[in-house]
Amino acid sequence: MPRWADVALVPLINLVLAFLVSGLVVLYIGENPIEALVIMIRGAVGSAYGWGYTLFYATNFIFTGLAVAVAFHARLFNIGGEGQAAIGGLGVALVCLAVPWPHWLLALPAAIVGGAVFGAAWAAIPAYLQARRGSHIVITTIMFNFIASALLVYLLVDVLKAPGQMSPETARFPEGATLPNAGVLAAIGLPFRPSTPLNLAFLLAILCCWLVWLLIWRTRLGYQIRAFGHSEPAAVYAGISPFRITMLAMLISGALAGLMAINSVMGEAERLVLDSVQGAGFIGIAVALMGRSHPLGVFLAAILFGILYQGGAELEFEMPAVSREMIVVIQALVILFTGALDNMVRLPVERFYLHRRTGHL
Amino acid sequence: MSSMQRLLGAAAVTAMSAAVASAEPAIIFDLGGKFDKSFNEAAYTGAERWAEETGGSYREIELTSEAQREQALRRMAESGANPVVTAGFAYQSVMDQVSPEYPDTDFVVIDTVVDQPNVRSYIFSEHEGSYLVGMLAAMASESGTVGFVGGMDVPLIRKFACGYVQGVKAVNPDATVIQNMTGTTPAAWNDQTRGAELTRSQASQGADVVFHAAGGTGIGVLQAAADEGILGIGVDSNQNYLHPGSVLTSMVKRVDNAVYDAFVDGTDGDDQFETGLMVLGLEEEGVGYAVDEHNQDLITDEMRASVEQARQQIISGEIEVHDYSTDDNCSTS
Repeated sequence: MPRWADVALVPLINLVLAFLVSGLVVLYIGENPIEALVIMIRGAVGSAYGWGYTLFYATNFIFTGLAVAVAFHARLFNIGGEGQAAIGGLGVALVCLAVPWPHWLLALPAAIVGGAVFGAAWAAIPAYLQARRGSHIVITTIMFNFIASALLVYLLVDVLKAPGQMSPETARFPEGATLPNAGVLAAIGLPFRPSTPLNLAFLLAILCCWLVWLLIWRTRLGYQIRAFGHSEPAAVYAGISPFRITMLAMLISGALAGLMAINSVMGEAERLVLDSVQGAGFIGIAVALMGRSHPLGVFLAAILFGILYQGGAELEFEMPAVSREMIVVIQALVILFTGALDNMVRLPVERFYLHRRTGHL
Repeated sequence: MSSMQRLLGAAAVTAMSAAVASAEPAIIFDLGGKFDKSFNEAAYTGAERWAEETGGSYREIELTSEAQREQALRRMAESGANPVVTAGFAYQSVMDQVSPEYPDTDFVVIDTVVDQPNVRSYIFSEHEGSYLVGMLAAMASESGTVGFVGGMDVPLIRKFACGYVQGVKAVNPDATVIQNMTGTTPAAWNDQTRGAELTRSQASQGADVVFHAAGGTGIGVLQAAADEGILGIGVDSNQNYLHPGSVLTSMVKRVDNAVYDAFVDGTDGDDQFETGLMVLGLEEEGVGYAVDEHNQDLITDEMRASVEQARQQIISGEIEVHDYSTDDNCSTS
């Protein structure tokens, strides 16, 4: 199978199938599926307002998608992105609140360190348990998600809550910790508005894509990670330490997940709220699967999921008959087809190309 | 590029036509969903009552994630809806930030206070209502042990719990109150299985009346209470009908009245929309305990008399129920 079919054709067929089934669902509840699709697409990419949200969501998914992808290269299935991003948010919030930052240029590097270190620390314990004790990483990371949310509830309700308010959230960050919003692009003619949450973290996400590509395919560590992922005995035979690779891959993965907070906590909410991750940690798994763990694929898949999120919100708003559960159904179908049912399309496509090359089945 | 421009143009036209159309009221339901049989459903009932009586229509949206909170509010304000009602305390910070950007729109928040010139804030005295159902629980309990199931461990739920405990202790100072929270993520507001589990666990520890303040989770609490043969107490909406004979009472919180009043005031044509803080307590009948045909056999005249007396005493100030949210502290529990 040619490479373009692997990275483009198969996901595209998956996507079309997902939309077809979604269309049947929309038809079933008595709405016009074409109209629904138009509303979704127009709502997501038809205006600067839509882009402002689509790319904001995409930024979250890029970070969590990269986190899953890096771990995946070492055949570690990190499904703890949710918890790592939540704890990363705690790190970012603590950094932003600790100092009355004079300017975001100073606050950003500190917040990046805060988010990355906290996220990595949260991944370190499951990584250690996996590397030294063989506790399965899937079990430990998902359990750490619950520990993270319990910890955050405690901290936000009893420790960090701004006094005199009902809602469990921290005080707002100081002015100097506000990241530039896409609204500043209005000055050069792009009609972004400051009310949409797209912010500088999007550029950071792109930078991270490039850095991850550099790491995985252009460094010795990346080679070791991939070698370890393909065959542990071979890697050990080549002198690669499984402990070291497991720890490093998971620390990088956790740090990337933690960096998501730069976008959602520092860039958008400007305070730490309960459940600041909003499921992006789990979406990251689908994004990494769909993107075949390649940074470019992750980037594109993240944009697609951003479109689904923002378009879904618009659809719910414009078509009252389409309830929020219906939106989740549509999003789930896309995940189902691109992730779980991938082989359903991949195998026939592979056979088709094999058939064309050899002339027989 | 031209198709892009056409799309932009189309979006602008729809936005303008929406603004020109006569202002519809709007309501944003919180994460529990509008059919949670509890808080959000009470808000929905109020909106429906308004629609039925006036023949008007309203816009609505159910939040699916925290990120949509600000987006939905702006979207409603920009669509020209007026007034925009948000159900849920989590709107505090977002409302504080967004409302000044739309000075011509009237906003309403429920369960929290936002100090902006175009925002009306409804606060309910949940501690007082919970106190009364706490008294009823203690009087109905034979074991001297009663239970409380909250959704998430957040200040609002602690306010419920704190009032409840005070009411229980006022009747029976030796009573034990078992308290559990359902979870640590917003899913805790909609986890009926876990609600039922907690209720069964409390029953096995001797509790024979369980009060829930857990939104949709409470359906599981009441179900389990009915299955175990103990009594449940509903919250927000009148939930007595869910299991007649097994629901002692419901701590009703008239969120529906708040939504209804806001819709009426906001659409009556005059430009006067009273903003500021509105406290709905026992006196305003904003909170209370529900007695109807489903539970009248459970509540004796004696119980009723003493709760009525306490109600009057709270209104007159003779009994002071401590409000958790004033000092983030509940010394009695």
